Amino acid sequence: MTAATEAVGDRPAPPPEDLDRPPRSGPRPWRSRLYRWDVRYSPYVFVAPFFLFFSAFGIFPLLYTGWASLHRVELYAPDQLEWVGLHNYARLLGDDFFWNALRNTFTIGVLSTVPQLLMALGLAHLLHYRLRAASFWRVALLTPYATSVAAATLVFVLLYGRDYGMVNWALEAVGAGPVDWQSSTWSSQIAVSSIVIWRWTGYNALIYLAAMQAVPDELYESAALDGASRAQQFRHVTVPALRPTILFTVVVSTIGATQLFGEPLLFGGAGGQKGGASHQFQTLGLYLYEQGWFNFHLGRASAVAWTMFLILLLIGAVNLLIARGMRKSR
Amino acid sequence: MRAGPVTYAVLALFTAGSLFPLVWTAVTASRDNARLARTPPPFRFGDRLLTNLGTAWSEAHMGLALFNTVLVAGAVALGTVLFATTAGFAFAKLRFRFRTALLLTTVGTMMVPPQLSVVPLFMVVAELHWTNQLQSVVLPTLVSAFGVFFMRQYLVEALPTELVEAARVDGASSLRVLWHVVFPVARPAMAVLGMLSFVQAWNDFFWPIIALTQENPTVQVALTGLGRGYVPDQAVIMAGALLGTLPLLLAFTLFGRQIVGGIMQGAVKG
Repeated sequence: MTAATEAVGDRPAPPPEDLDRPPRSGPRPWRSRLYRWDVRYSPYVFVAPFFLFFSAFGIFPLLYTGWASLHRVELYAPDQLEWVGLHNYARLLGDDFFWNALRNTFTIGVLSTVPQLLMALGLAHLLHYRLRAASFWRVALLTPYATSVAAATLVFVLLYGRDYGMVNWALEAVGAGPVDWQSSTWSSQIAVSSIVIWRWTGYNALIYLAAMQAVPDELYESAALDGASRAQQFRHVTVPALRPTILFTVVVSTIGATQLFGEPLLFGGAGGQKGGASHQFQTLGLYLYEQGWFNFHLGRASAVAWTMFLILLLIGAVNLLIARGMRKSR
Repeated sequence: MRAGPVTYAVLALFTAGSLFPLVWTAVTASRDNARLARTPPPFRFGDRLLTNLGTAWSEAHMGLALFNTVLVAGAVALGTVLFATTAGFAFAKLRFRFRTALLLTTVGTMMVPPQLSVVPLFMVVAELHWTNQLQSVVLPTLVSAFGVFFMRQYLVEALPTELVEAARVDGASSLRVLWHVVFPVARPAMAVLGMLSFVQAWNDFFWPIIALTQENPTVQVALTGLGRGYVPDQAVIMAGALLGTLPLLLAFTLFGRQIVGGIMQGAVKG
């Protein structure tokens, strides 16, 4: 209710209460009681919707997946759980395709994250100069971010086509032989990584740029007075100041890389859940999808999901240690 | 410092790399399959753009898919912004028991991969007979831990505590404080969060492909269907990809500057 709607009544609005006056001995006690309740309980009301949905669609599934991973569950009878203990995990660890997927997730993760963040850092450095048409460059570099995984992957599949793809055409034009991007391990993983790099480099560059703009100019000025070149300023002023931001993007990209799914799925075309004819680019996300929705073993898929969770926790802990080590060494 | 010609050259190179796949999507969408299966690949626009767009439109239920996606992304953006602002305000400025514990829980779950929830979500959706219905895609993404954290970080600094207290002293109820004090202050951050959630929901892929089918798809689900035909018609697939991307690209052309500013502002605060 706003002040306007209150005034529209058959009686004129009551005058505002005089705050300097001492409180009267219990005028409308229900009102002050209501007010006290409001102050005490409204915080819970404000966080309640979030936690309501969050419990139902965030925490409950997390716990239930853990529970389901200890059972045999079929896709077509998802409510029938048969206790098997750690069998799903044991089977997982004995499955070569699991280790293959884990390895691929790691290599594709490194192949996509490292060049992406390095290029983003360089781009941010360039964008930080006083530029003509500054917002044009920023918007143009961000556009891939607006493209969906599906649309981006479809066009990259065409670009990397073996017989008529533009990449191979360009390679042949400069005298290098054509590459069968789909079939070999390295080429297919590079191709998949390039999709990730294309979509996220500009976004990360903007995040770095924002952090760079928060670095005080005096730092650069005094560095320049000390005779530091631009490259030295970048290394000794910009990068240290950006350390928290860099760590943040590393964590976020690592989480993204661990969950990589859409790019390899669509890059594989029909039967994409396998990640190529010899599983050469099957990630953990695809492996989970294959176990659950193509082999119909939801219990096994749950075990994959929890294994991914544990891996992420491990990565998070390592990141924390690195961050702490960096702080100490300074 | 002023940028030199080398800076411009490198930026131009990266910009070309960023835009080329999009332009080429349009080029291939304007050709026919036979032309795409020849070297050199086409560089210029052909004359079949409208035909291919029409085929994609009818084959992949594109009209329905776009309508569904606008609905889903709009609802998700609205819900995320509303619930994240109220919760973020409570975490930033109100005192209540378990505040720290609840906030830590929220932040901690940002680490949880979405794949983790898919199996039980699928069971819940099947149990409720929601398979292939939009609410199965909207409800699980209606709130976001990131959003709550984002709004909290913003409001801690942007909203003066005295302003809230003054409103309180004037006898304003919590709802009034929220409406007249918090929402106006939070508006810039709400815009950024709304935009981020909209783009994310528009492009969301993993869960929709499991929860929905080609009969009632979002754009991303429809695109996957196009790509998996028996005889994939590449030109039509690219026309579909173009249809699914065009609305967001249009928004970028119109509001690009604000969107970039919003992301950068969010990056510093977050």
